[in-house]
Amino acid sequence: MALKMVKGSIDRMFDKNLQDLVRGIRNHKEDEAKYISQCIDEIKQELKQDNIAVKANAVCKLTYLQMLGYDISWAAFNIIEVMSASKFTFKRIGYLAASQSFHEGTDVIMLTTNQIRKDLSSPSQYDTGVALTGLSCFVTPDLARDLANDIMTLMSHTKPYIRKKAVLIMYKVFLKYPESLRPAFPRLKEKLEDPDPGVQSAAVNVICELARRNPKNYLSLAPLFFKLMTSSTNNWVLIKIIKLFGALTPLEPRLGKKLIEPLTNLIHSTSAMSLLYECVNTVIAVLISLSSGMPNHSASIQLCVQKLRILIEDSDQNLKYLGLLAMSKILKTHPKSVQSHKDLILQCLDDKDESIRLRALDLLYGMVSKKNLMEIVKKLMTHVDKAEGTTYRDELLTKIIDICSQSNYQYITNFEWYISILVELTRLEGTRHGHLIAAQMLDVAIRVKAIRKFAVSQMSALLDSAHLLASSTQRNGICEVLYAAAWICGEFSEHLQEPHHTLEAMLRPRVTTLPGHIQAVYVQNVVKLYASILQQKEQAGEAEGAQAVTQLMVDRLPQFVQSADLEVQERASCILQLVKHIQKLQAKDVPVAEEVSALFAGELNPVAPKAQKKVPVPEGLDLDAWINEPLSDSESEDERPRAVFHEEEQRRPKHRPSEADEEELARRREARKQEQANNPFYIKSSPSPQKRYQDTPGVEHIPVVQIDLSVPLKVPGLPMSDQYVKLEEERRHRQKLEKDKRRKKRKEKEKKGKRRHSSLPTESDEDIAPAQQVDIVTEEMPENALPSDEDDKDPNDPYRALDIDLDKPLADSEKLPIQKHRNTETSKSPEKDVPMVEKKSKKPKKKEKKHKEKERDKEKRKEKEKKAEDLDFWLSTTPPPAPAPAPVPSTGELSVNTVTTPKDECEDAKTEAQGEEDDAEGQDQDKKSPKPKKKKHRKEKEERTKGKKKSKKQPPGSEEAAGEPVQNGAPEEEQLPPESSYSLLAENSYVKMTCDIRGSLQEDSQVTVAIVLENRSSSILKGMELSVLDSLNARMARPQGSSVHDGVPVPFQLPPGVSNEAQYVFTIQSIVMAQKLKGTLSFIAKNDEGATHEKLDFRLHFSCSSYLITTPCYSDAFAKLLESGDLSMSSVKVDGIRMSFQNLLAKICFHHHFSVVERVDSCASMYSRSIQGHHVCLLVKKGENSVSVDGKCSDSTLLSNLLEEMKATLAKC
Amino acid sequence: MIQAILVFNNHGKPRLVRFYQRFPEEIQQQIVRETFHLVLKRDDNICNFLEGGSLIGGSDYKLIYRHYATLYFVFCVDSSESELGILDLIQVFVETLDKCFENVCELDLIFHMDKVHYILQEVVMGGMVLETNMNEIVAQIEAQNRLEKSEDQVLG
Repeated sequence: MALKMVKGSIDRMFDKNLQDLVRGIRNHKEDEAKYISQCIDEIKQELKQDNIAVKANAVCKLTYLQMLGYDISWAAFNIIEVMSASKFTFKRIGYLAASQSFHEGTDVIMLTTNQIRKDLSSPSQYDTGVALTGLSCFVTPDLARDLANDIMTLMSHTKPYIRKKAVLIMYKVFLKYPESLRPAFPRLKEKLEDPDPGVQSAAVNVICELARRNPKNYLSLAPLFFKLMTSSTNNWVLIKIIKLFGALTPLEPRLGKKLIEPLTNLIHSTSAMSLLYECVNTVIAVLISLSSGMPNHSASIQLCVQKLRILIEDSDQNLKYLGLLAMSKILKTHPKSVQSHKDLILQCLDDKDESIRLRALDLLYGMVSKKNLMEIVKKLMTHVDKAEGTTYRDELLTKIIDICSQSNYQYITNFEWYISILVELTRLEGTRHGHLIAAQMLDVAIRVKAIRKFAVSQMSALLDSAHLLASSTQRNGICEVLYAAAWICGEFSEHLQEPHHTLEAMLRPRVTTLPGHIQAVYVQNVVKLYASILQQKEQAGEAEGAQAVTQLMVDRLPQFVQSADLEVQERASCILQLVKHIQKLQAKDVPVAEEVSALFAGELNPVAPKAQKKVPVPEGLDLDAWINEPLSDSESEDERPRAVFHEEEQRRPKHRPSEADEEELARRREARKQEQANNPFYIKSSPSPQKRYQDTPGVEHIPVVQIDLSVPLKVPGLPMSDQYVKLEEERRHRQKLEKDKRRKKRKEKEKKGKRRHSSLPTESDEDIAPAQQVDIVTEEMPENALPSDEDDKDPNDPYRALDIDLDKPLADSEKLPIQKHRNTETSKSPEKDVPMVEKKSKKPKKKEKKHKEKERDKEKRKEKEKKAEDLDFWLSTTPPPAPAPAPVPSTGELSVNTVTTPKDECEDAKTEAQGEEDDAEGQDQDKKSPKPKKKKHRKEKEERTKGKKKSKKQPPGSEEAAGEPVQNGAPEEEQLPPESSYSLLAENSYVKMTCDIRGSLQEDSQVTVAIVLENRSSSILKGMELSVLDSLNARMARPQGSSVHDGVPVPFQLPPGVSNEAQYVFTIQSIVMAQKLKGTLSFIAKNDEGATHEKLDFRLHFSCSSYLITTPCYSDAFAKLLESGDLSMSSVKVDGIRMSFQNLLAKICFHHHFSVVERVDSCASMYSRSIQGHHVCLLVKKGENSVSVDGKCSDSTLLSNLLEEMKATLAKC
Repeated sequence: MIQAILVFNNHGKPRLVRFYQRFPEEIQQQIVRETFHLVLKRDDNICNFLEGGSLIGGSDYKLIYRHYATLYFVFCVDSSESELGILDLIQVFVETLDKCFENVCELDLIFHMDKVHYILQEVVMGGMVLETNMNEIVAQIEAQNRLEKSEDQVLG
């Protein structure tokens, strides 16, 4: 053995090491490949030896060869051998090779699991470190699952070096094994406050990566990050956090408001450009998210733009680049502030740096106006000519098209000019964007009717010179424009000057060299052309001419019939037969033109690309329902041998709506329209973008001005768009003169005191009238299309799996798999069982008291968590820099004063029945709300509450509702005093309970009751248990195995003065009525003197409003809902209301979970949905001193109960 | 996330190739070549950010590079990284190399590719920035080198 070792090391001395290999390769420059293959042979020999040092050396060399592009996957097994070496030196080589060459497809990778686990728990931190580093590069779903628990343990390692690596690698684990995210998240969060800055930075890094993909799940961490932001001095961490905030603000505008100040401070104070830049970026994100809400942030915008200008003017090209990049973000929402820097940006267009030019191009998009479009495009066109390299030229091309076509060609005043630009662009060689130009040509020709004649003449010229374009064989090359040209010439052939000439051009033999799909269009449009020529000739009585054309067709079409492309072949064959038939008829002197052109009668209108998708599924049509009951399994099995085709047919009917449905549908649609017209309840929305599709302007009544064709149209080969610029200037000048005249006249008129037009003509660019009267035909949309703007997310996105709600408590099934290993050494590390504790503590389990230590541990954690818990509260507190205080107690206070509503009003409904019982119930009903007619013995209490309410509830500046309509979403809540949805449940000298009931959309018929327990005594409260008496209709979800009579433990203890929240799920069967559940909280209060067992009774009140979930609704969908006719109606009226309409709506939104669909003056429509899917629509109208609420709902009982509740709320306004 | 870290010389010879996303070796070489051609065209006095490497990523990705004497250091990163931050990081990486190799030059990288990798591993791990503090990085590397040496003596 010893001899072997010696021999091994002697061998090693003669082996090549890495340096020798490199030297060797450098010395064999001519026959490098040969030399390397020799070396690989040597390496193979070395790998066969037993000596690990030799093997490691070989693997090291392989790693080098891998860099040179050699595949080393064949050595995977040897790499694993080296990884398992006991010496760090070799291990490191092995892991490096593995990290460079292993991937999910490496089959031996599963052999590494145990080795890696062993290394992870190695006593040497560098063994562990090297394993973590390696694993981070080749982790697979299997490895992630098997090792997640081990890595999680390492997150609490004593060495920060290991901790930071373990934290960082967790991101990779999450990606590969998303189930691990929830169990690991609490600890990850903990690491945000790790004493070691490196670990902290790693945790920030991981959470930022996570949050970037699914920001909404991480909103609750905002307070924590905010704290870090104001306390950290590590620029790297700051940048990450600020970037993260940039991702979060769009979701929570209030967060943005809170951020502006500290960010602005940072912008002023920091000297690090990187930090400054990210701050500016995030401020921009904030401003974007606020832009809808409040426009008074012009100072911040100004600051940003100012700083960016400094960056752009800097001599450092990097800063210039980034400045432009950030500018483009501002551009989207605040174009005005960017436009003032147009000079600077145009200047950047001439920069020598391509990256900077590209960025400047992006900005141009927002700089154009009717006035300067031509000028800017002209400048770009000269750039196109000068540009070297296709990438930049293609970019220019797309930008020109983008700029011109933006917002429905808004800035184009002269479409002739635009067509000429497009035609000029076709002269670019080697562009990849032929199809883009083609699409533009088609779009313009179809949608701008006035331009068709001009377009056709240009297109026929293109077709004529097709040979110039056809040469490029590239896919999507410029020949694509011929597709458009052929179609335009065919479809609008009536505008052709020399149709015969064009026909011949389209039938040239050269055409067969074009791509198949273009040929197909040629063939089809040749017939259209043919039809129109035929008609002309027949009308002119030139029978011979007509026959000649037919002959031409018969002669030339066969070349397409022979095409290899099926589409072309088929079309050509059909058409050839048709033409031959016509020829026969013509021989008999039968007039055919009428019939032939009838083939292409009617106009093709543009259809919106999403139109098909937006056709709503008609009600009553269930696409998944069986039309014919499927045959039972046994039967079909019997039949299978006999009926081969039968089976397929069985499957098909599922997708095919029956014919009858179609008719039914049409009928219903008619009926609906009728009803819509007659229904006073149907709110006609102000023209929203969705609506526009429907009222396509009638074409007839728009005067189409003849184009002045004095301009020579065809100057082939010469750029011609330039002349338009001049012409356009002249035209504008003329226009201006005319306008000036008109204005003078008008002024005289106005002196007489009549206001004619609110807007006087000025020289603003918006005033430039287009050269042609342009009627842009809007794209057609199906009737009743539902607005749905959500972009379909890519279902293959790997990050989607990580879209996990992190605030839900952990369930049993979510434990990380813990390997029970035969080797005891694997479980050496003491922290091993900590994750277990954690998981247990998350669930309410009965055995809690077993380990006091665990309890304490948990307590600490809970407290920490709590800080971040109530985001809403954190966001609503005003002084920003204050670290988030424990939120719950104050929430409780608020609820006493303000939010007792849902509870109260149902009390109302039920008091009659309950009568005296209420009094017996005692304390917890303390703050009963006032009722119009009250029993005397309650009066004092009422007055007290009333007084409180008045003082608290009066809105600060209760201004009258603003006139402008508000759409979609709750009206601004800023003017209202802070409200909380938590209401008091019960209290005594020990504990105060407040609760909030929320419906959950995921689970039908379930509501979550969040109970906040506040310890008011000086004792520790523990062993808390909640027992609730289920009713038939409402049932508490209990942990498995516990019976109805068992109490459910509260998963925490409360030290004096502390409060915490516990959540319980209830299943409700019928939600149409409000209900109450009786319950008891039992607990042990322990202080220095001893422990006592205490109890507190409470009543959980599920109001109907608590079953509603705020659901936004668009006005169209709302209208559709109303007109569907299956909602029942009911209404209430409340007098004596002094509150402003705005606040009133806010109240309804807040307390009853409604959202405003639309608001016009003092009338608003509102919508909400119950957890069981009932739609509730409201029409709220405010009169002088009263408010009337009309409601429609799919369930009448639910509606009437809701309205009663609402009445009670409103009565207090 | 950092998608790839490439170091090559003025002639496009790779000196360090570190991908954090799997690409077959051929594609890796293609990417190196493409990146080299993109970078080579650029003067030294224009910006260090580049968009439009067609092989990696797509529009979310950027190439951020620095040119030192004979070597290009190129990081391919997505939008979650701060551009200027990565530029600083490249500087940190190069300064660390300088410290560990004592006046680093291209030859050090050529003959000690493995060591360069080990140093990089202390800066970036699995595509995420691990440490930006140079002293900390150097300390860890030296500790590992000492460990290696002590093992060598046992062997010797």
